[in-house]
Amino acid sequence: MNLKSLLSGLAVASVMATGAMAEATKAGFIYVGPVGDFGWSYEHNQGRLAVEEALGDKVETTFVESVPEGADAERVMTQMALGGADIIFTTSFGYMDPTINVAKKFPNVKFEHATGYKRADNVSTYGARFYEGRAVIGHIAGKMTETNKIGYIASFPIPEVIRGINSAYLHAKKVNPDVEMKIVWVFTWFDPAKEADAAQALIDQGVDVLMQHTDSTAPMGKAEEAGILAFGQASDMTAFGPNAHLTSIIDDWGPYYVQRVKAVMDGTWSSTDTWDGIAPGMVAFADMSDKIPADVQAEAMQMIEDIKSGAYHPFTGPINKQDGSVYLADGEVGSDFDGDNALVGMSFYVEGIEGDIPN
Amino acid sequence: MLRLEKRPNPSRFWAIMSPVAAVIATMIVGGIMFWLLGKDPLESIRTIFWDPLFHPQFASYSRPQLLVKAAPLILIAVGLALGFRAGIWNIGAEGQYIMGAVIGGGMGLAFYPLDAWWIFPLMVICGGLGGMMWAMIPAILKARFNTNEILVSLLLVYVAQNILAAMSLGLLRNPDGRGFPGSRNFKDFPAAHNDFLIPSAGVHWGVIFAVLAVIVAWFVMRYHVYGFRVRLLGESPRAARFAGVKPGKMIVLSFLVSGGLAGFAGLFEVTGPGGQITESFNSGYGFTAIIVAFLGRLNPVGILLGGLLLGLTYIGGELAQLMLGLPGAAIQAFQGMLLFFLLAADLLTNYRIRGRS
Amino acid sequence: MDLSNINPALLVAALMVASVPILLAAIGEMVVEKAGVLNLGVEGMMIMGAVCGFAVALTTGSPVIGFVGAAVGGMVLSLVFALLTQVFLTNQVATGLALTLFGLGLSALIGQGYQGLKPPPTVKLDLGPLGDIPFLGQAIFNHDWIVYFSLAITVAVWAFLKFSRAGLVLRAVGENHDAAHALGYKVALIRTAAIAFGGACAGMGGAYISLVRVPQWVDGMTAGAGWIALAIVVFGSWRPGYVLLGAYLFGGVTVLQLNLQVAGLAIPVEYLSMSPYVITIAVLVAISATRRGTSLAAPGSLGRIFHASR
Repeated sequence: MNLKSLLSGLAVASVMATGAMAEATKAGFIYVGPVGDFGWSYEHNQGRLAVEEALGDKVETTFVESVPEGADAERVMTQMALGGADIIFTTSFGYMDPTINVAKKFPNVKFEHATGYKRADNVSTYGARFYEGRAVIGHIAGKMTETNKIGYIASFPIPEVIRGINSAYLHAKKVNPDVEMKIVWVFTWFDPAKEADAAQALIDQGVDVLMQHTDSTAPMGKAEEAGILAFGQASDMTAFGPNAHLTSIIDDWGPYYVQRVKAVMDGTWSSTDTWDGIAPGMVAFADMSDKIPADVQAEAMQMIEDIKSGAYHPFTGPINKQDGSVYLADGEVGSDFDGDNALVGMSFYVEGIEGDIPN
Repeated sequence: MLRLEKRPNPSRFWAIMSPVAAVIATMIVGGIMFWLLGKDPLESIRTIFWDPLFHPQFASYSRPQLLVKAAPLILIAVGLALGFRAGIWNIGAEGQYIMGAVIGGGMGLAFYPLDAWWIFPLMVICGGLGGMMWAMIPAILKARFNTNEILVSLLLVYVAQNILAAMSLGLLRNPDGRGFPGSRNFKDFPAAHNDFLIPSAGVHWGVIFAVLAVIVAWFVMRYHVYGFRVRLLGESPRAARFAGVKPGKMIVLSFLVSGGLAGFAGLFEVTGPGGQITESFNSGYGFTAIIVAFLGRLNPVGILLGGLLLGLTYIGGELAQLMLGLPGAAIQAFQGMLLFFLLAADLLTNYRIRGRS
Repeated sequence: MDLSNINPALLVAALMVASVPILLAAIGEMVVEKAGVLNLGVEGMMIMGAVCGFAVALTTGSPVIGFVGAAVGGMVLSLVFALLTQVFLTNQVATGLALTLFGLGLSALIGQGYQGLKPPPTVKLDLGPLGDIPFLGQAIFNHDWIVYFSLAITVAVWAFLKFSRAGLVLRAVGENHDAAHALGYKVALIRTAAIAFGGACAGMGGAYISLVRVPQWVDGMTAGAGWIALAIVVFGSWRPGYVLLGAYLFGGVTVLQLNLQVAGLAIPVEYLSMSPYVITIAVLVAISATRRGTSLAAPGSLGRIFHASR
């Protein structure tokens, strides 16, 4: 091989390489709330930034925030698809039907719908096993509460929220049989003032550990003010409650998002249903505060490991329903999808929780 | 020193030109705002106003979407304007919109999976009735007890939102929906589905009703005695009283009409483009319609144009977010500015600017 | 259900805190309406105050200066309203709504760099022995300075309207602007001053939410408090004492329903959370029903456009 053919070979190779690089994969993201909510939508956006960081020039991302569910969502998705998106992440349960509709019109575009259950050839669903995270914080809460009253600020009575309450309660009760869970339903995912008031009401009634399934940092702020302990939600909330913060459950969508965009780039994408928890890294924890005694921390870390390895499942019998009937027999593990009591559609409290689920 | 002199008759030239002047002023000031945000002003304005209509890649999709977005706004605004003209302030259209959807939609869902031609018309009627019923509350309270209708209708919006949340989690919840909130999707229920009649033009029953409403309202305002009474009540309540106009009756009628239209809009939206009754399907149309009513200067034809214009800013705004990364909040501020300039430009229609002689 | 868990002193304390933003905004709006102007843009001014107060407090490190900044922010926005309604003679209802829309959008734009940050804290005042009084201490004497400030403003406005000459002139302008103009009073100027005051109060009310109650900046965080404030003004028949009662009633029901939920009351949650609004409507009706004939002491020229023809 002489120099000329080598150089021309290099030239051809570099042209082919730039040609390949010029075709960046386009990923679109639709958020139900503002990116600045420091909760749900914020974390999805962090996932998007992770995709940009991991894949650099090979990917181009766009996003639209605060898109109402319904016709507006359908339109934004359609426009993203028309604009050349290769994969679109729709990050709210309420986007389910619009996602399916738009997917039908654009069979070559891939869709990833968060927390939904309808799929198609080009629609995948994904969610996080937050109840695994709740199990761990429930354990810590049970150990650390002194008044034996744990407060829970709940948003809507949907299966995901109820799963979280049950999981937290079960694990608090395991280490502290006298523990009581006080639940307030605020019927919003995000309303700092309402959440602050709910937190105050719980604190005024003697709660000394606070948990939330809403998205703002208001409850953490109230806990800090009142001098009690609290767990953060979706993001690391240490900054908002330096003394109150024990740990937070963090939604880490980055790894999953990077994986899916890569699959589109490699051509290996297929419709899947992903329900990941601690093991794949979708559910993560903020650093545990020093306030948590060493032995409790060790137990918590052990639980995390056990859940990760599959050795322990947060919903392992014997567990009864609130009305006394049997939910899980001794040693039985809660099923994800099978049967009336499946985790995916959980709509009952476990035994020991007082009060009724709204409606 | 300039002073303002009221014109004996509103200037016809300015009545038509003032909205144009306002739009141009908004484009200029809005462009400056976009420039301050680091975006190319010309490109932003073009994306918002021009692209949805003419962009080769998007326009064939976004043009019909314009009708879809504008239809509920126009429908509600026509009803509101009839009241506003008479000085009757129905600020709770959002609540009437929700209740129309809940009651009309609920009525239809009760018959699932029956396939009969009369289900959809029944739902439409119930939607209108639902909105009317919700509007009756402030109307009757005002007529009988002189309770401020602005506040009652507004507070009822919050009540309606709570009822919606309760219904979508309870009575109206989809039994096949795995425990998630939200009703059955109307696409799965053909007899009740408000499908597109002309898909490529985005025409569904809501659009047709909106156009009908504009025509009927224009006719009523111009030729019917009710329209005359509305205008009289608005311009001079005392003269109206002397002319035998009963304020109580007018209030009830006005709320009935605007509540009914808002209820229709809610039903069409939920059974059509929205597809489902979810716990927060309402996206502020009841309030945006108030802006459309004023954009259209409380005139039915103006409302038609105003609704299309505001719809354009919504759709163009989404495109701008998508393609230029413009923050969504900028569009909201832009719309507020548009209304400011419009209201200000109206000055020229009614007043003449004179120098002191 | 265990109602014994509810501590009445803490309940009163919580309701005072919850009512502050509404009270401040309502008192300001009451002055504006007393001057004959209906400003529906309270929500927009509150949220502008929230973001400006937050930004200023964060930059200067002092929450007090933050509140001043909030007052200025709310005032500037209200001056736009004043310009449009007093100089351009636009319809007040529409302009107020446009103000709300614009305020919401502008505040979100300004607030973009401030998400996820924590403002300097506002501490509760230590009133020494007063704070130790058995019931009242916990309920009333254990708050931050803004709570007391809101009460002080209420009293000041009452005194101003009742006893001062300027207050009388303001009321005259509100009752009959043509007569006031004939007497030589500068209607537009007086109204502008009232609007500015209303803007400043609403701004401070909004800042209370972002600097003390949450405390954080988030888009749209006032979540309708401005509308409630408007209702409270009418509810209070344009009298400062009743406005105070109205604000506390609304705040009280809101706080109570949460406490009842925690205590396990068997009423479905949705009804509890509607209750503040339903009760407000009921009281509005009751008030208006018992005053038939008079239009609830509303200022005579409320909402009407004033144009000096000479």
